[in-house]
Amino acid sequence: MTQQVISANRLGDGIVVYLAADDSWCEFIAGSVIALDEATAAALLVTATQAAQDQVVIDPYLIDVAEIDGEVRPTKYRELIRATGPSIRPDLSKQNYLPETGTHDIGTQGN
Amino acid sequence: MYIYDEIDQTMVDQRVNQFRDQVRRRIAGELSEDEFKPLRLMNGVYLQLHAYMLRVAIPYGTLSAEQMRKLAWIARKYDRGYGHFTTRQNLQYNWPKLEELPDLLAELASVQMHALQTSGNCIRNVTADQYAGVAADEVIDPRIHAEIIRQWSTLHPEFTFLPRKFKIAVTGDQKDRAAVKVHDIGLIVKRNAAGELGFEVIVGGGLGRTPMVGPSIRDFLPERHLLSYLEAVLRVYNQLGRRDNMYKARIKILVHETGAEKFTEMVEREWEQIRDTAVELPAGERERVAAFFNPPLYDAAGDAAETLTRHIAGDAAFAHWADTNLAPHKADGYAIANISLKPIGGVPGDASAEQMDAVAALAERFSFSEIRVTHEQNLVLPHVRQDELYAVWQTLKAYDLDTPNLGLVSDMIACPGMDYCALANARSIPLAQEISARFADLDRQHDIGELKLKISGCINACGHHHVGHIGILGVDRKGEEYYQITLGGSGAEDATLGDIVGPAFPYDKVVNAIETLVDTYLDVRSDGERFLDTYRRLGADPFKEALYDAN
Repeated sequence: MTQQVISANRLGDGIVVYLAADDSWCEFIAGSVIALDEATAAALLVTATQAAQDQVVIDPYLIDVAEIDGEVRPTKYRELIRATGPSIRPDLSKQNYLPETGTHDIGTQGN
Repeated sequence: MYIYDEIDQTMVDQRVNQFRDQVRRRIAGELSEDEFKPLRLMNGVYLQLHAYMLRVAIPYGTLSAEQMRKLAWIARKYDRGYGHFTTRQNLQYNWPKLEELPDLLAELASVQMHALQTSGNCIRNVTADQYAGVAADEVIDPRIHAEIIRQWSTLHPEFTFLPRKFKIAVTGDQKDRAAVKVHDIGLIVKRNAAGELGFEVIVGGGLGRTPMVGPSIRDFLPERHLLSYLEAVLRVYNQLGRRDNMYKARIKILVHETGAEKFTEMVEREWEQIRDTAVELPAGERERVAAFFNPPLYDAAGDAAETLTRHIAGDAAFAHWADTNLAPHKADGYAIANISLKPIGGVPGDASAEQMDAVAALAERFSFSEIRVTHEQNLVLPHVRQDELYAVWQTLKAYDLDTPNLGLVSDMIACPGMDYCALANARSIPLAQEISARFADLDRQHDIGELKLKISGCINACGHHHVGHIGILGVDRKGEEYYQITLGGSGAEDATLGDIVGPAFPYDKVVNAIETLVDTYLDVRSDGERFLDTYRRLGADPFKEALYDAN
């Protein structure tokens, strides 16, 4: 089976999150728990659906991932963009965006 | 500009309070997402790929300097320092937090703005010609009737749950800058032989998965009947529009399947029944609304034109901008100044908070505090004295807002695409950036001349690709981004839908393909022909041949 993780959007701010091994939700896909078989994937989805009912996240679903050079990456481009931010604004990526420093004040457009 | 009265302000304030309570109940778990979703959509709140998105209404694309400053302030406080101007003259914030949205909407309400009817199956924000009130050849300022329609359609109880969304565009000029023929209803203000004011009524245009150029169902509708006639059209649609299939639910499908003639008969029959009893403007209301759109008190022209000529002669870069980005104004000594939001390699339609503030300051000082948003994702300072254009341009230059490319190949429409949008199948913006960079040489762009390139990241066609001289549609092919190219579309008064030129291209082949099309045009064009004219004269063959032989 393809490796899978659970993704959703957080209720309060809409930010993309992933289900972690301790049933918490993390912002980076690296922290997600990976299902290696269908039974695990189904169990994770049950946990995630409960989190949606508990008003923690919205619309959780399974996404396909692969481990490449030790890094977990979505296999679909759409999910890669969700995991890393708009491809055209690396300054807004999860890795780079630091609201407290004001680095988002772009001044000009584009990359 | 229209100024809210007590009723407008109370209604908007009440909606903010209502939504505040709905958000509270959602976060407290009293509302499920299924229950909350239609409520948030009624307030312009979507959930996109990365976060919530708020679509702010900018009625008929008119903004005051104060409102623009507020949009900038909101971008800093509640978003990530920028906003995206859309093809419906609205503004989208890409990163607002649900828990902060009520406060954000309250800030909007404080400057007479809101996000009502920017989503959902209702009558959406009315759009209009961005040169309204200032175009040299205009019959009348179309914003008068756009505002009347806005008031009539806001929270209209009968038309809040239509079969599908409904978009109305109005122009007061025979030259169509509002794409009225590809809207659910397009209105062209005109005068009849007796000099009376009225409208040509076009119904059933649209883009999306089934693009249509709307047929004209009435050549002249007397002005006083506007609302009753719109009501008749909406009633027929509301009764007969397909609610069983969302892909066939727009009015264009109803008009097409019924036939324009029969549809017109149905509307006229309905109208006969209601024309004397339906809602009419109270006496004096039309005049009250019209007064808000009276022209400002222009200064005498003096030697403004001579000063502009001197500035043009003295600065080649300014001359370039003046040649491309200015349009004639109906008042002597004034010009319409277009501000391109398409810097070479930039994101079409994006403006940073600093840029918004800069435009607000320019509007305050040089344009009677007024700004327009265009459906082609640019901004306009509608009333600038010709002898002050040089000062305006120098400030624009300091904020990277001086790109002299209006109507040229790099002045592209591009939807947010898969970088932001949950519906998209492919990216639009990076493609626009790469095409823009490929044609960075502005002399080359000027040599190519008018070329409307429009990109959509999915079949919903927010990027208007069907009506691009060159249109690009992103599609998903087994997880890969592919792009279908159409040629020969136009969203102007000569509206046509583009023809698919052949098999789609993978992402990394598209820029070369566009360059091949442009080079082919340059090879075969006759003197004075635009790309569109050449395509219409020669058809697809030379382009197809060059495209599929070369790529």
